[in-house]
Amino acid sequence: MPDWIIILIKSAILLLVVVTTFAYSMLAERKVLGWMQLRPGPNRVGPWGLMQPAADAAKLILKEDLTPRTADPLIYRLAPFISLLTAFSVYAIIPFGASSAGTWAIGNVNAGILFLLAITSIGVYGITLGGWASGSKYPLLGSVRATAQMISYELGMSLSFIGVLILAGTTSLDGIVNAQAKWWFVVPQFIGFIVYIITAVAETNRVPFDLVEAETELVAGFHTEYSGLRFGLFFIAEYVNMLTVSCIASLLFLGGWNAPFGLDNLHVPGVIWFIIKVGFFMFFYMWLRATLPRFRYDRLMAFGWKFLLPLATLNLVVTAIIVAYMGH
Amino acid sequence: MRKQLYNVGAILKGLSITFKFMFAKRPTIEYPSIKKQHAPRFHGLHELRRYADGKERCIGCELCSSACPANAITVIGAENSPENRKSPGERHAARYEIDELRCIFCGMCEEACPTDAIVLTPRFEMSDYRRGALIYSKDRLLVPPEAGVGTAPDERPNGIPADLGRVAEVKSTVDVDEGYNATNRGQVLKVQRKGLAILKRDD
Amino acid sequence: MAAFWILGITLIGSAIWCITNTKPVYSVVALLLNFAALAAMYLTLNAEFLAVIQMIVYSGAILILFLFVIALLSSGVTPFSVGPNKLPRIGIPAVVVLLIALGFLTYAVNRVTANAFANTSPTSPVGPVGTAGVFGSVADFGKALFTTYLLPFEITALVLMVAVIGVILLAGDQAPYVASQKQAEEVRREMREAILRGGE
Ligand code: SF4
Ligand code: SF4
Repeated sequence: MPDWIIILIKSAILLLVVVTTFAYSMLAERKVLGWMQLRPGPNRVGPWGLMQPAADAAKLILKEDLTPRTADPLIYRLAPFISLLTAFSVYAIIPFGASSAGTWAIGNVNAGILFLLAITSIGVYGITLGGWASGSKYPLLGSVRATAQMISYELGMSLSFIGVLILAGTTSLDGIVNAQAKWWFVVPQFIGFIVYIITAVAETNRVPFDLVEAETELVAGFHTEYSGLRFGLFFIAEYVNMLTVSCIASLLFLGGWNAPFGLDNLHVPGVIWFIIKVGFFMFFYMWLRATLPRFRYDRLMAFGWKFLLPLATLNLVVTAIIVAYMGH
Repeated sequence: MRKQLYNVGAILKGLSITFKFMFAKRPTIEYPSIKKQHAPRFHGLHELRRYADGKERCIGCELCSSACPANAITVIGAENSPENRKSPGERHAARYEIDELRCIFCGMCEEACPTDAIVLTPRFEMSDYRRGALIYSKDRLLVPPEAGVGTAPDERPNGIPADLGRVAEVKSTVDVDEGYNATNRGQVLKVQRKGLAILKRDD
Repeated sequence: MAAFWILGITLIGSAIWCITNTKPVYSVVALLLNFAALAAMYLTLNAEFLAVIQMIVYSGAILILFLFVIALLSSGVTPFSVGPNKLPRIGIPAVVVLLIALGFLTYAVNRVTANAFANTSPTSPVGPVGTAGVFGSVADFGKALFTTYLLPFEITALVLMVAVIGVILLAGDQAPYVASQKQAEEVRREMREAILRGGE
């Protein structure tokens, strides 16, 4: 088979997997939130509510697609697709298993991590443009917040990556995971890990950093005016982004598909370990959402610029010095 | 620095609490598959009762209508004639309507009625998509002749009318009866019930 | 080659769209498309690093700041009123000048490249980024930046630093600079009066 057909098939499979994961992580989130708030969570549609995602999808598709009169029609329609496109295109380079097997990633880009940063940095356009184009005040405020927040936290996030890059000596995701065969980078890069976790939550606009949506102040933030399927697209993008940052956290800090605690001789396929690790991070997200209240906006900025950024820089400098003196 | 550490500790503590709650017993009662028991004398949908001989209790006096604070009741009385005798007295209600959307289920009508004709049952599932359907007239309020006389509140065990037998066992962590009996009204009711029982035994 | 033409047309088209649009936000979108096409162009040249940096720095940081400002300033404001179209009147001279300029440019480029590539060996091999010694690799890029071009790099850093300090001075949350106590009193009185007047 020619290469492009293989890539096409892989992409289709991956798309299916990611969309299904989105659907069920949404259900899982509602379940977990329910349990933590002493509720059973959705359980009406199908056994244990397992058909809930289908019901939600049907509802979203059937809802009216409104465009406010004051909205900018072209950009208003375009924005959700920008969000979705960037959210999905990251998966082109995320490896789900060792590349020696050769089948677990669509493309093994050598500048993997940088590519990832490039794509995620485009993601904010969907939110900003969508909020602006809605032509109403709450979405505009939401989108302005989104821009400021994402620029601020992206710096800390990139810096937390660089510590890992220095240790691994490569920018390819595959190489980074292979470098963690003995020690997961969460041990030597613990500060980097913490910074990454916090910034990742902020980058995906999730509680406690969901100022972009902040329903107590901004109704629904940037997607106040969106309805039906277009709102659904934003929603999908948010969850897929969550999944992405969970994948990255597993790849960069928790050894990707490497077995934990010397369980190598169990011969569990690497992708299972990977899924478990990603699942843990997804759960962590939901857990945070059930626990923490929202940040105040000025504190969010102060926290990002005055605490996380210096911390990440310090971590980077210390790592660089240690590596320079001791070698890899 | 101490403050920051304290904050981190607070976050961890919060996380541990939510995690514990994940496995805690949930107090949810999954209505409508499982229904909670009412308090006795719960105020729900009205019912117009009959005498044991099948005659209507209502004499069309409109006292309920004037007692109603929500102006929910419309009564139009009419004379009884020998060939059309609906109630034992001189008059009966030709029309009797309650707008359940206006009703605040206060029970004043029940208290005002001289013949104990109008009573509030514990039925509460009467929602509908049409407003008109919530104006109950005699055809729905009056107990059908074959169903007996209707239930007076004090005769209902646990406040549940016989035909509302779908009430399943309650899985709630709260004991409804216990909670209710702790209130003053519950105490009074208990005493009243006891009195009634004594009275009945006596005669 | 097909990729080149498609990307090239996208590039020029989006650039024209960007400068001719009356709505600033549309211009930003056009510019975003332009940057993306440019990054893709770099990719076809196997300059992955450059492409990625183009995306991160230009689209991810600079352009989004433009958008930030433009979105805030232009929300609910009608774009500039369109004046009479002056293009036809200046069209012909413009085309003539453009053609002459293009002619000069081609001539110059031809001569320069003919001289420059006359006796150079083929450029370094094309290959995956990340390993040293290939075109556009991260390692080489970093080495060059921190050895050969360290001075320009540091100077740039200094200039940026000056800019940052300037911004902080201009926008910092300190009280506005006033020359004297008396002047400060004056300012405060004026502000009070302005508030009393209802913020006219
Ligand atoms: S329960 Fe109260 S509000 Fe309802 S009809 Fe009777 S008196 Fe009126
Ligand atoms: S229900 Fe009672 S109060 Fe109302 S009209 Fe009939 S008899 Fe009178």
